[in-house]
Amino acid sequence: MLINFAMGVATGIVQEFQFGMNWSDYSRFVGDIFGAPLAIEGLLAFFLESTFLGLWIFGWDRLKPGVHLATIWIAATGTLLSAYFILAANSFMQHPVGFTFNADKGRAELTDFAAVLTNKVTLVTFPHTIVACFMVGGAFVAGISMWHLIRHPQRDADAFLTALRLGAVTLLVAGLGTVVTGDMQGKVMTEVQPMKMAAAEALYTTAQPAPFSLLTIGTLDGSEEVYKLEVPKLLSYLATGDFNGKVQGINELQAAYETKYGPGSYTPNIPVTYWTFRAMITVGGLAMIAGAWMLWATRRRHLPTSRWMLRTAIVLPFLPLLGNSFGWIFTEMGRQPWVVFGLMPTSAGVSPGVSATEVAISLIGFTLLYGVLAVVEFKLLLKYIKAGLPDVDTSPRTDDDTDAPLAFAY
Amino acid sequence: MELTTFWFIIIAVLWIGYLVLEGFDFGVGMLMGVLAKNDLERRVLLNTMGPIWDGNEVWLLVAGGATFAAFPEWYATLFSGFYIPLFLILIALIVRAVGIEFRGKRPEASWKRRWDAAIIFGSTIPALLWGVALANIVRGVPIDADKEYAGTFFDLLNPYALLGGLVTLTVFLVHGAVFVSLKTVGDIRERATVLALRVGPVAAVLAVAFIVWTGFDQGQFAVWLFGALAAAAFVAALTSGIFNREGIAFALTSLTIGFFAIMLFVGLFPDVMPSSLDPAWNLTTINAASTHFTLVIMTWVALIFTPIVIGYQSWSYWVFRKRIGTHHIPTEVLAK
Ligand code: HDD
Ligand code: HEM
Ligand code: HEM
Repeated sequence: MLINFAMGVATGIVQEFQFGMNWSDYSRFVGDIFGAPLAIEGLLAFFLESTFLGLWIFGWDRLKPGVHLATIWIAATGTLLSAYFILAANSFMQHPVGFTFNADKGRAELTDFAAVLTNKVTLVTFPHTIVACFMVGGAFVAGISMWHLIRHPQRDADAFLTALRLGAVTLLVAGLGTVVTGDMQGKVMTEVQPMKMAAAEALYTTAQPAPFSLLTIGTLDGSEEVYKLEVPKLLSYLATGDFNGKVQGINELQAAYETKYGPGSYTPNIPVTYWTFRAMITVGGLAMIAGAWMLWATRRRHLPTSRWMLRTAIVLPFLPLLGNSFGWIFTEMGRQPWVVFGLMPTSAGVSPGVSATEVAISLIGFTLLYGVLAVVEFKLLLKYIKAGLPDVDTSPRTDDDTDAPLAFAY
Repeated sequence: MELTTFWFIIIAVLWIGYLVLEGFDFGVGMLMGVLAKNDLERRVLLNTMGPIWDGNEVWLLVAGGATFAAFPEWYATLFSGFYIPLFLILIALIVRAVGIEFRGKRPEASWKRRWDAAIIFGSTIPALLWGVALANIVRGVPIDADKEYAGTFFDLLNPYALLGGLVTLTVFLVHGAVFVSLKTVGDIRERATVLALRVGPVAAVLAVAFIVWTGFDQGQFAVWLFGALAAAAFVAALTSGIFNREGIAFALTSLTIGFFAIMLFVGLFPDVMPSSLDPAWNLTTINAASTHFTLVIMTWVALIFTPIVIGYQSWSYWVFRKRIGTHHIPTEVLAK
């Protein structure tokens, strides 16, 4: 976990700085609203996370067991708070609420903070993101445990079997949760950003009822198709909750937006939205199938040995991870050309004073650095996964033994 | 008091917290290169700040977040204007954080050497560049009528700012060495004290030069006052170092950094980023601020939660108050 934590901290700092560095006009425009959840996130969540995680990691021999256990729960609460506030900030970009536009200053100003925090987009996005993250956690535990059971059946089989089943059940329960919350998100999204739903389906003309296509072969943007495999009426249900509901098409929305916002293209990149939306759902579904298979294969504490199972175990942790990435790419690309939906086009949000060279330097620099770190991290994780469980010293310690080695040290 | 003034003070407090706390982290990180003789000693150094460095870094994040929320214009101009230095700081903080966590994860000497280099680099660069950045903010940089930074990277490397960078670099080094002597036992403790006393005079000369320069630039009495307090605290810290009063010495180096930062922020107020092109284009606590409504909400949040945060961070320092030495380092890293 610490291996990941370092990366989490490192990317988090960059995220917070880059709003000002690359998106200064955006920051000026939304700072009055967006800044507050971000600052509160820091004050409430980051301090909790970092301080209590430090206490947990290094505190094995310094704290009473009950207090020690409490520290990790407090740290976990911190991460949940952190996710809530940042998703509230992100949801403002998807569906701005609780503000007025001040033409003098050329910025959005906060009028109702409660509305920002209870944005209906936040309310559906938060559960969806959290259960999707639990899928990742469950898949990691299940995949790694299964790998161990097959590779080293004689080592700690009991512990790994229990862990495997726990991971797989978490994966499945969270998976069902993602589907349910994803469906709820679909309805909210259709309401606040109908264009995103149309783009998700590459639905050019308004349809009632609208089918959901599983697969399309044709031009990349779906404007011409050769073959299409579709489930009738499903899109209507996803978008409206009614199998015969009407789903607006891209052409109609484009025309409507042009009358409302002036000439220009209001259509996001269709191939990206269409395929990332499917990819998100598909990899999540595959992960759930794999999880169910693992549960079935280990019924009555039976130890599986198959090569295919081993391969599945290796792939499994990546599936929900990819699902999350595809989901975010879809969400953010589907909002384009807006950075704040309906208020500020992305092109207006950039830092006017920052040169293309500077952006290129930082982009290339960070990409290279993250690339190298990703490889190092991946190798390190593999090493630790292969090493299995550590031998834990459970002998009691006395508090006044001042010369005893630390329970944990870098 | 105006809420905008209150938030200027809050941001100053967050910066003070950051500089005092991560200041010694940076010092410890830099000392990995000069103070420790072997792997075991390097691990002692790393573990003096092990449980707390991440919490210290959060002060920066909250300072950034508070600036964004309370003074979006300041945040936008500062972060886009100081693009390259901030990029370097970010790179440094990333490799440093990863280095601290990864260093002990493999036994090979080459692995450890590489991450040691990362930690030293990652501690030195920000220790230098934060001084450069703060000095530039106080001195004023080219800001145009659109509140955009109109200079280049090299405009930031003026003599005054570079001197400021050297001050933070050397003072953090001393601050870190005093911290090490406070938190360790044995040989390494002695060497840390000696090193603090050797670098101390150099840092003192640089700091006094910078303080005098700032005093003449800004002119206010309060700037001179806090500058003098910073210098006095530093001399007192070195003196108590000679007598091996490490706790007092550490309190005094912390005060030094605190007074130093107060001097800078007092010199800055009521601007938040003066323009060197035309005073009419200065960013001030008034024209850079969020709406009153946002500031009211933020004020409530800050008043309720800041004491809680300070409470539990202090508790965490208390839990890890014991000194450590080479014999405390377990031979094998068990937990992941
Ligand atoms: C393991 C990951 C995973 C899985 C299996 C799913 N999702 Fe998802 N989805 C995400 C991970 C994710 C995400 C990365 O967490 C997103 C990105 C933004 C967000 O709120 O969550 C997301 C966004 C997202 C959105 C866009 C919301 C918006 O932009 O306003 C919709 C409509 C759905 N999802 C719907 C679904 C449906 C109907 C699913 C299954 C049937 C589904 N998702 C499975
Ligand atoms: C603009 C977006 C975001 C910013 C600026 C941001 C910022 C940060 C920062 C600075 C940290 C490090 C805190 C520390 O030093 O301890 C962090 C960690 C973390 N963030 Fe974010 N974050 C963002 C988005 C998100 C989202 C969307 C989620 C979850 C849905 C999230 C979940 C977390 C978690 C779980 C950690 C803990 C790190 C770990 O355990 O590896 N963050 N974030
Ligand atoms: C694979 C994942 C992601 C991709 C590909 C992605 C892509 C994008 C894109 C294209 C934009 C618009 C940039 C622009 O305005 O041109 C954007 C902005 C933004 N995204 Fe994401 N995003 C991803 C994940 C996330 C996550 C996890 C968060 C956390 C909540 C997030 C928060 C934001 C925020 C706050 C902005 C607006 C601030 C800004 O413009 O810098 N994004 N992203």
